[in-house]
Amino acid sequence: MATREATIRARDVRVDLLEIGRMIEPGSRVLDIGCGDGDLLYHLVHDRRVDARGMELSREGVNACVARGLSVVQGDADRDLIDYPTGAFDYAILSQTLQAMRDTRAGLEQMLRIGKRAIVSFPNFGYWRVRMQLLFKGRMPDTATLAHPWYNTPNIHLCTIRDFIALCEDLGITIERFLAIDAGGKRSRTVHSTRRANLMAEQALFLLAFNGERDESGAPLYR
Amino acid sequence: MNSISLPHPNYVEARRQHGQDNDPRGSVLRLEAVPFRLVSGTELPEVTVAYQAYGTLNADKSNAVLVCHALTGDQHVANPHPITGKEGWWASAVGPGKIIDTNRFYVICANVLGGCLGTTGPKEINPATNREWGIDFPVITIGDMVRLQAAFLDQLGIADLFCVIGGSMGGMQVLDWAARYPERVFSAIPVATTARHSAQNIAFHEVGRQAIMADPEWRGGAYYGGPGPKAGLSVARMAAHITYLSEAGLHQKFGRKLQDRDALTFGFDADFQIESYLRHQGSTFVDRFDANSYLYITRAMDYFDLAADYGGLLANAFKDTQARFCVASFTSDWLYPTAESRAIVHALNAVAAPVSFVEFETDKGHDAFLLDVPEFYDVLRGFIGAAAEKRGL
Repeated sequence: MATREATIRARDVRVDLLEIGRMIEPGSRVLDIGCGDGDLLYHLVHDRRVDARGMELSREGVNACVARGLSVVQGDADRDLIDYPTGAFDYAILSQTLQAMRDTRAGLEQMLRIGKRAIVSFPNFGYWRVRMQLLFKGRMPDTATLAHPWYNTPNIHLCTIRDFIALCEDLGITIERFLAIDAGGKRSRTVHSTRRANLMAEQALFLLAFNGERDESGAPLYR
Repeated sequence: MNSISLPHPNYVEARRQHGQDNDPRGSVLRLEAVPFRLVSGTELPEVTVAYQAYGTLNADKSNAVLVCHALTGDQHVANPHPITGKEGWWASAVGPGKIIDTNRFYVICANVLGGCLGTTGPKEINPATNREWGIDFPVITIGDMVRLQAAFLDQLGIADLFCVIGGSMGGMQVLDWAARYPERVFSAIPVATTARHSAQNIAFHEVGRQAIMADPEWRGGAYYGGPGPKAGLSVARMAAHITYLSEAGLHQKFGRKLQDRDALTFGFDADFQIESYLRHQGSTFVDRFDANSYLYITRAMDYFDLAADYGGLLANAFKDTQARFCVASFTSDWLYPTAESRAIVHALNAVAAPVSFVEFETDKGHDAFLLDVPEFYDVLRGFIGAAAEKRGL
């Protein structure tokens, strides 16, 4: 296992993608929403033996994925998730895409309809550097994960870790696991509480499930 | 009639061996599994299939690619056309070192059932009467075309296909292949196509058919030996050709530019370049295509409704498929718009088939599937390469 991880690192898989990979059992069916150039998909398919496919808005991203032998459908998460059958996947993943969705709440609901579990990662707007930039400079934050100027950023729905947890509570979604990712892109070994992570983590990674009531089709009845 | 039961290792060599340089049909196979029973229940007592093959079939016969041609296409996919002299209709994609690499794959393209370049169709001889079938030829379906291709491949000893690829009507055949022979297709590439012919498309086809049948030279389909319904077929082609292009493409290429003149003639000559272009399309088409074939093949396309064959739910058609799919559409294709490709993708998703889908940005309209749209070719190359790797080719 150690050698495999070494080869993965040598190929420069982002640490947050490795962490997502660790959450998923080999053989699972996975949909990666907003899969970009397919880095996570490639890792899941080739290193983790996962039956993974993707959805991506940009034609360039889809082209890159198909050329890498990945199964990717060009589509808009805000519009097309509804077309996937209920329970079609073991996991629906939204890696660094939550903040770019138009209807974040509906997107999250759809993820836990089509996937038995959902994995979501996003940049934490409660991160202390972000707070400092607003507090002291009075300017919108410019960090590694929030690198776009305010006027042309794809990130239209930014939130803090606490905001996201509150949304999950509102919907009746259970948080099964939580990881804080620090400024170096590494999993933080010191931050375990979400309250502390809200200040210290640059990114957050959640494993979510819906354990509440479902309708006759198996779709969750969100609160 | 030549009957060749083994695939040729190489197209050019085959031509030389069999001295067929002047036979527009290319290679011809007489089907042994006759009579051939059609979906309609009618039986064809004799069937021939005219085809072209490129490349070499490998020892375990795992590298065969079936290219399915569109309504007005034929088997001459990658060699100069014997009648028009123009290069093959997909010579940009099929050949040594090209996207469908004939150094690597054994590529077959057969003239469809009902066609007019050697495969049994209305202009071939009806053995019962010893005259051309004309409109006594039974109505055929896309499913019949595919079943004939399968019987033809059986006779060549090719059990399964590495890839089935085609655009437009060829794409319908690809979908039918995946549904009908789920274990025989390793990868499937339906391009610029639909799982169900729309009312609009049926309407355009009806215009074409009525133009042919309104031509006094059509003579109830029994025009062989005479001039034939050239005017009607030409009009059918002109009307259809407009649907293959796009408003933006037409505007960019022709606009309101005049043809070989500086002013309007105030008559009905081809004043505008677009008129001249369409007339040219129509007149060259009648030299290579049979009007009755046009009637039968458009009818087969109109009847195509894959979901209807599987209980009304398209996903059911694909529930046993083992193929990996690459579905492609083009932004300016209003004949088979992207929504129709998406419906195919949804059905494939519903049965968890590995499917990729890309819509390509182009102003070339439906015809884009025949052209070298660089992004399209990049994706095809990537998909085929990855599938070949998976297949161990």
